[in-house]
Amino acid sequence: MKIIIVGCGRVGQTLAEKLNNDGNDVTVIDMSATKVNDITAKFDVMGVVGNGATHTVQREAGVNTADLLIAVTNSDELNLLCSVIAKKEGDCETIARLKNPDYSEVAPYLKEELGLAMVINPEYAAAEEIARVLRFPSAVKIEPFAKGKVELIKFKLQSGSELINMSVKEMAMKYKSDALVCTIERGDDAYIANGDFVFREKDVVSIIATPKNANEFFKKINYKGRSLKNALIVGGGTITHYLCSILSKSGISLKIIEKDLKICEELSTLWDKYTIIHGNGLKKDLLREEGIETAEAFVSLSDSDEENILLSLFAKEVGAGKLITRINRTDYDNVIAKLDLDTTVCPKNVTADIIARYVRAKSNTQGSNVETMYNIIQDKVEASEFIIKENSPIAGIPLKDLKFKDNVLVASILRGKEVFTPHGSDIIQAGDSVVIVTAELGIQDVTDILK
Amino acid sequence: MNYSIVKRTIGALLIFESIFFLVPLITAIIYWETAFFAFLVSICICVGLGGLCLLGKNKNPAIYAKEGFVIVALSWIVLSIFGALPFYFSGEIPSFIDALFETVSGFTTTGATILPNGEAIESLPKSLLMWRSFTHWIGGMGVLVFIMAFLPLSGAKNMHMMKAESPGPTVGKLVPKVKETAKILYIIYGLMTLAQLILMLIGGMPLFDAVTTAFATAGTGGFSINADSIARYSSYIQIVVTVFMLLFSINFNAYYLIGKGRWKEILTTEIKAFLVIVVSAIALITANLLLTNVADYGYSFGEALKHTAFTVASIISTTGFSTENFDLWPSFSKTILVLLMFIGACAGSTGGGIKVSRAVMLSKGASHEVGRILHPNKVKKITMDKRVVEHEVVRSLNAYIIAYILICIVSVLLISLEGYDMTTNFTSVAATLNNVGPGLSLVGPTGSFAFFSDFSKIVYIFDMLAGRLEIFPMLVLFAPATWRK
Repeated sequence: MKIIIVGCGRVGQTLAEKLNNDGNDVTVIDMSATKVNDITAKFDVMGVVGNGATHTVQREAGVNTADLLIAVTNSDELNLLCSVIAKKEGDCETIARLKNPDYSEVAPYLKEELGLAMVINPEYAAAEEIARVLRFPSAVKIEPFAKGKVELIKFKLQSGSELINMSVKEMAMKYKSDALVCTIERGDDAYIANGDFVFREKDVVSIIATPKNANEFFKKINYKGRSLKNALIVGGGTITHYLCSILSKSGISLKIIEKDLKICEELSTLWDKYTIIHGNGLKKDLLREEGIETAEAFVSLSDSDEENILLSLFAKEVGAGKLITRINRTDYDNVIAKLDLDTTVCPKNVTADIIARYVRAKSNTQGSNVETMYNIIQDKVEASEFIIKENSPIAGIPLKDLKFKDNVLVASILRGKEVFTPHGSDIIQAGDSVVIVTAELGIQDVTDILK
Repeated sequence: MNYSIVKRTIGALLIFESIFFLVPLITAIIYWETAFFAFLVSICICVGLGGLCLLGKNKNPAIYAKEGFVIVALSWIVLSIFGALPFYFSGEIPSFIDALFETVSGFTTTGATILPNGEAIESLPKSLLMWRSFTHWIGGMGVLVFIMAFLPLSGAKNMHMMKAESPGPTVGKLVPKVKETAKILYIIYGLMTLAQLILMLIGGMPLFDAVTTAFATAGTGGFSINADSIARYSSYIQIVVTVFMLLFSINFNAYYLIGKGRWKEILTTEIKAFLVIVVSAIALITANLLLTNVADYGYSFGEALKHTAFTVASIISTTGFSTENFDLWPSFSKTILVLLMFIGACAGSTGGGIKVSRAVMLSKGASHEVGRILHPNKVKKITMDKRVVEHEVVRSLNAYIIAYILICIVSVLLISLEGYDMTTNFTSVAATLNNVGPGLSLVGPTGSFAFFSDFSKIVYIFDMLAGRLEIFPMLVLFAPATWRK
């Protein structure tokens, strides 16, 4: 794909690297010649110096033939303007980064009215990532799917799990859960689950479910390491704000230590059920007093990387909880990796990852009817999302009467705001959005799954 | 210094050189010449050594600016040394220094020869003549650019090599990927060469002559297969060559833009300046030829214009073909030609010299300096095509010019040890450093570099390489810090 990136900050750089490595033709735009030179010397991308919000500069960067423009400058307004101009000038898809909560709250409106393909808020994305880890601390991988309404969760069957030696059918009978088992990885082999498949120890199972159903599922099967009950957070910044709101219905109780009294008051008015502590999170005694030793998770979200790393190391020393550390600078991530900090979250990396994933799916689905696509198991199994059109051959017929190919699974149906896991008697309607898991790669249309 | 990647790139280069040898090898088969064996042996040596260099796993593929410069400079030296083998093995050029001079002259698109006279050139086997001309074609656009277009070298960092090899103060890409840019450049280059070839064949030129002339024109080289260069061909062919010499000395970006249908953007400051220089040089020299002692030269207006246009195109494009012995022209005309040698072609073309864009920037800089004396606090930035030229570019431009002049002076000094006249010394250095080929006096269009000592020839070899690679890659090679761990 031909991609233009406006803004050569850290997100821009990371994106340029990732997208270029994926084989896209990348052109970067920035006002600073030094930044452009730096990035073009490091990666095989083209650089244009100038204001990316002007059509002349965009034209020079080839907006007329571009497939996608990603605006990741430091200014939200500039990003929006870049996207609008690109839409008018080059009629390409656009992605804008919006940091200001005022804008990200009205993101759906902006997306709709300004024709943006995607709006991304780095802090919110980071908060989502942290929330996911808190909810499924021992999941191998969690990927949001179908616009975040359903999640694809991979977890490993440890010895002693109730599921071992149970077939998929028996499992469904016993637990009556709405989580759908899609694939099982055993060693190097991958299987699409059918009713008779029997789980074994060390299988990596992926399920598709809404976050709520997934939670119930893990509760029912008594999966060790399911959702935590409490977490201790140091730092009350934007990410913490978002985290509070995301976790508000999860049943995880949060304790937040923040040194600014004003922020503490603000948080406590907004979130009555959480414990807000006013104090310096760097004080050992305070941390001990607030139970760093017994907390199931310790999340360090202050603005300083060094403080976060130190705090997490201390938490590791005295406690046994899950650690989540916010890191802003990624230059030394190989050193940080050696510190064994469990999970580190970098808002800018998360942003770049999400955009890169979108681009990957987009370039895989060019010229097809696939909305989004995701590789569940690299080169073996993929999940695709389709919107069902009027008079589609699969609409209006109960699923059990449709003749699907082997190794095809209808994993999820989205109707309006509702999401449900399909059963044999369910009927797909026009306008529904369905997620289909297949072992046949590169399906172009939903009819491809029928025999 | 990443020795591993340098070794591997040189290895790949040798393999490519053995592929280049196939062109003269096939020529040798067609004309049934014994030089065939010289090429065969050279191919075996290149494949053998190249293969050795490529053995083993690549530990570290990182190419930074330093590696880029060293790879480019070393590649050109290695390319020339192995390219000289056929001349040496065939026994046609018995001295290896002479063979090396001829090959460097070929690859750097200089076109200066050590073959003492016309008979020596015309008696050379056709396969060696083909190799001479083909080296121009390879060297014109750059051998590493060629390799980049076809090999996935090491991914992202190839731009450093492209920057070191491509002529001009700033090197931009046409499209985001270096590999694609290199491919597009070679496609434009190939198509234009083909166009010239066809036009010359239509004019009744024999196939062998047409192919070698097209190669030599495309690279703006100047090796001819005849004693009298292009003089023996029809006016039509001379005009075709004139036009293509000029076309090949224009920034190739222009052709890319034409291909994209963006006609309006092609007249950049540089190309405008280039055209102004060409037209005024032609006008001045034609007038000079017609007005001074008309009887001596005996040109009609048409003839004078044709010869002047050809010579001006040949010199400013740094090709070095000739239709007339311009060494006999009046002093004013000759001085203009020497000036044109230094100005050279446009950046991003196959020509040599200082480059028109640098000349424009320098003169703008000088005029701004005058303005600053009149108004000490005046703020004025150098701009090209309404874009500010970055301070970095201006700085490196100044350094480049100083290095250029220094190398020129030192070379003239070293050559003067031999005791020839000043014109010979100066123009021989100008002709090699700017990759033109013929100079004036003893090294004029009818002369050659045969009579110089081996020491002088080595100086010229350095000058030709320094001129083609724009000084710094060669200087980096001699900086001790480059080789320290």
